[in-house]
Amino acid sequence: MHKYLARRALFALGTIFGVSLIIFVVLRILPGDPLVAILGVEGHAKMTPADRAHIMHDLGLSDPLPVQYVRWLGDIATGRLGKSFFRGDTVAQLILHRGPISAEIALLALFVSWLVGLPVGIVSAVKPNSMSDNVARSLAILFIAIPGFWLGMLIVLALLFWFGYKAPIIIVHFWESPWQNLQIVIGPAIVLGLAQGAYIARMSRSCLLEVIREDYVRTARAKGAQERSVVLGHALPNALLPVITISGVLLGFVLGGSVAVEQAFGVPGLGRSLVTALIERDIIVVQNLVLLYAMIFVLVNFVVDLSYAWLDPRIRYA
Amino acid sequence: MPEPAIASVHRSILGELVAFARRNTLSAVGGIVGFLIILMALTAPWVAPQDPLKTHFRHMNKEPDAQFWFGTDQVGRDTLSRVIYGARTSLFVAFSAVLLGTTVGSLWGVACGYLGGRFDLASQRVMEILQAFPDLILAMAISVAIGTGLPAVIIAIAITRIPFGGRVIRSVAISVREMSYVEAGRASGASAFRIMRLHVLPQCVAPYLVLATTHLGVAIVIEAALGFLGVGVPPPTPTWGNMLADSITGLVPRWWLVLFPGLAITITVLAFNLLGDGIRDTLDPRLSPGFLRLVTGAGRSAPAAPAAAPGLATARPGASS
Repeated sequence: MHKYLARRALFALGTIFGVSLIIFVVLRILPGDPLVAILGVEGHAKMTPADRAHIMHDLGLSDPLPVQYVRWLGDIATGRLGKSFFRGDTVAQLILHRGPISAEIALLALFVSWLVGLPVGIVSAVKPNSMSDNVARSLAILFIAIPGFWLGMLIVLALLFWFGYKAPIIIVHFWESPWQNLQIVIGPAIVLGLAQGAYIARMSRSCLLEVIREDYVRTARAKGAQERSVVLGHALPNALLPVITISGVLLGFVLGGSVAVEQAFGVPGLGRSLVTALIERDIIVVQNLVLLYAMIFVLVNFVVDLSYAWLDPRIRYA
Repeated sequence: MPEPAIASVHRSILGELVAFARRNTLSAVGGIVGFLIILMALTAPWVAPQDPLKTHFRHMNKEPDAQFWFGTDQVGRDTLSRVIYGARTSLFVAFSAVLLGTTVGSLWGVACGYLGGRFDLASQRVMEILQAFPDLILAMAISVAIGTGLPAVIIAIAITRIPFGGRVIRSVAISVREMSYVEAGRASGASAFRIMRLHVLPQCVAPYLVLATTHLGVAIVIEAALGFLGVGVPPPTPTWGNMLADSITGLVPRWWLVLFPGLAITITVLAFNLLGDGIRDTLDPRLSPGFLRLVTGAGRSAPAAPAAAPGLATARPGASS
């Protein structure tokens, strides 16, 4: 088990390392002068070459690329993530301030997806091809197709018409005012959760259908166990493994999707900072935020792997 | 036999289509709707009632009426025409990106699966790294880095599709490699390239088609999201995402500006997804178990493999029992 754990951890670390390299290469070696981005074309033209060199030096952008890369890795290790070109905030402040909102959205969305998806999947699987199964499957197909950010826009529009909803401008953290905080995060969480819930419902339905056909389930029925305990107690635990994996993968959709959904709801989360930074070409912010998103994704999949090994001994001893 | 599950009796193409429609009614509906949308995109100049870029300052922010069926936007452009023209850009980007990404990924996957060894190991690591990024975020970053524009968006979305093609086709290639006719080819001295081209590649056609259709919907959504976030195809080109982005710039968002482009995205994605499900069921009944997990990237890591054990998890909607 320890050996397995160590190997997975090493893999995850290697992946993160590769991710950082790709981000760095994409953002630095591809064309586009960061100074033009910072100062604008006119401002850039007005400066003397000496000034330009000076600013580049201040930003740490004049060193050779390998030096910059290694320094960035060092910065990550020590937690100093550099500053935004345009705002005084350090990236670390940005993440600490806005990160919790996005994290809450992601976790709540995960919660919603299981809360909605699993029961629907179970109901579908218990009576396949019944009316309720067909309705559930149609809804799943529909929710997979609807873009989350558009659904968010529609909800905001409806709230605006009927309740005079205003987009949250300031960040209210949970520990400051739970109620107001919930109002900010609940919309994006539901929208993201429903789409993931559709996948979970599909997955849990088909897995459960497979498991229910197995001999041990028939045995459980034969010994007179109630249908309820057969499905929930015997069949479900075995059907859940793939559902857990897909849930980890879905988090990638949640992380990516939340960027657009935050924008739709006007929620001041980390995703919006990323969009703003990208449009402004605020390289330092972009490279750190993209890395953060990727790291979280890798970490979640690592945890999913571990939970797998924990839940299924066959993997541990294989 | 390269195409399994197709009856050995030769039927006309029309006959095949009718048989397909009988078996998968929903997919057939999806296919027809998708076809109509493609047709609409191709014939946009004749179908659209107005020029999508022409502003009518006397008709700004009009609600839908007899003249402007879908209303007009802040500068009086006809929403219906923009939705129709938007189909052109959105579909063009999605098709090109999926074609490019899936093809590159598949060829890479064939090479990985057949050659194996260090090349395969290294490639697997690269694909894993690519998949460590959330799709939309990777597409955003690449699109901005290359410089926004139509080709940049296409390349950005295509890159996010590469690992999916690579993984699925690699697994096919690995299973084909062990077959005796391939071994016979090797024994008779055929080069690796020749075997891959003549013996392995044909086996990958069915999964390739399935992959491509499955990813069309995703590509359309990513394109729309990029447009919505302002890092997609630059305005004033009408794309569905750009229209949604424009719709919230006004002080008071107009419902018709939000509703119609989004509806267009949803209907298109729905149509292609339904079609894709049907194609998967028809072309690839062997691959269905565990296939969705490969396609969606689940089970990317080694230990998930036992879960792909015989027949577990057919997450396709058509799985009736």
